[in-house]
Amino acid sequence: MSDPRTDQEAGARDVTQWAKSVARLNVSEVPEGAVNINVEGRRLTSPIQGFGKMWQKTYQVRIPAESASSTEVIATWKQRFPDFWPEGNRIYAPLTGIEPGDVALLNMTLPGKMKLSTGVMVLFADGESFTLMTPQGHMFAGWITFSAAAGEDHTVAQAQILMRASDPIFEMGLTLGGHKQEDVFWNQTLRALASHFGHDVEVDTKVVCVDNKRQWSRWTNVWHSSAIRSTLFMLAAPFRAVRHLVRREHTVA
Amino acid sequence: MPEAATTYDVRGVAEGARAIDITGDITAQSEEILMDAYSRANETGVKAIVLNFTGLDYMNSGGIGLLVTMLVRAQRAHQQVLAYGLSDHYREIFELTRLDDAVGIHTSEDAALAAL
Repeated sequence: MSDPRTDQEAGARDVTQWAKSVARLNVSEVPEGAVNINVEGRRLTSPIQGFGKMWQKTYQVRIPAESASSTEVIATWKQRFPDFWPEGNRIYAPLTGIEPGDVALLNMTLPGKMKLSTGVMVLFADGESFTLMTPQGHMFAGWITFSAAAGEDHTVAQAQILMRASDPIFEMGLTLGGHKQEDVFWNQTLRALASHFGHDVEVDTKVVCVDNKRQWSRWTNVWHSSAIRSTLFMLAAPFRAVRHLVRREHTVA
Repeated sequence: MPEAATTYDVRGVAEGARAIDITGDITAQSEEILMDAYSRANETGVKAIVLNFTGLDYMNSGGIGLLVTMLVRAQRAHQQVLAYGLSDHYREIFELTRLDDAVGIHTSEDAALAAL
């Protein structure tokens, strides 16, 4: 067998479409209102590093082709990504859209009004798709690929998640209603996307269990749990407020 | 992405080891041919699958997802998965997506087989 080709020899058509390799995430700017307690310094996690069963979830909508081509759908999705998210959840994406290597902070609302602060990195982006990958402590380890493809008389917009729950707590949460809530979340997102192009359409949902075994050796992922850390952060809010007041008084004095 | 030149050939490389020579692209559209290649490689007694990426031209995130799915199938069958022939760019992608945690990456087929 010959040696591997260099990137130039191989053509490497995808070099600019992938994020550059990073050991740990770095959030260059924290927008007002965003919380960056579970992203900075975290490593990315693929389904290989997750704890729970492995799932592939696919959500699709069909938009009439005369309303939008696949490239138009992806361009719009990238540019206005936060606009399509369900109420109560917020993504602080860069204003420029979605570019490989971008890190976005997320504030999610979980059952019981619990706020969860986490984030994602843009792993891959081209004219037909883009992929977000999760950091340590996120609800799941894996990635979400958003894509669009041309059908006969329609454009199929799709969100596909390949994931394992990150730790035993999130696995329990997913089992006790979290999966259903996630289905609702992505159904609302895709309906909002279709609605942007002027169509009220049903979302096709397909869920496949790729691996029904849990990776018990990964239970220690719980150390990074964004649920636990976000809860502690919320509980400590009064103490932070007092500390802030005391510091201000010292400065004024 | 064009799939016409994409082939995944299977050959025996050692006792209990099969190589899959990947030529062309790995994208979400490659699911059928990748899983077909894995099924052909997955004979009784096979303990290692060696992925030869020397001829890889293009890979997107859908392709990485397929490799993870194939890896899970191999792990269920108690098989080791190894890779060689990755260019610097694709080696970086394996590191970025942390596939290198589960796939042994080597510089040549000989080095991969020596690691078995």
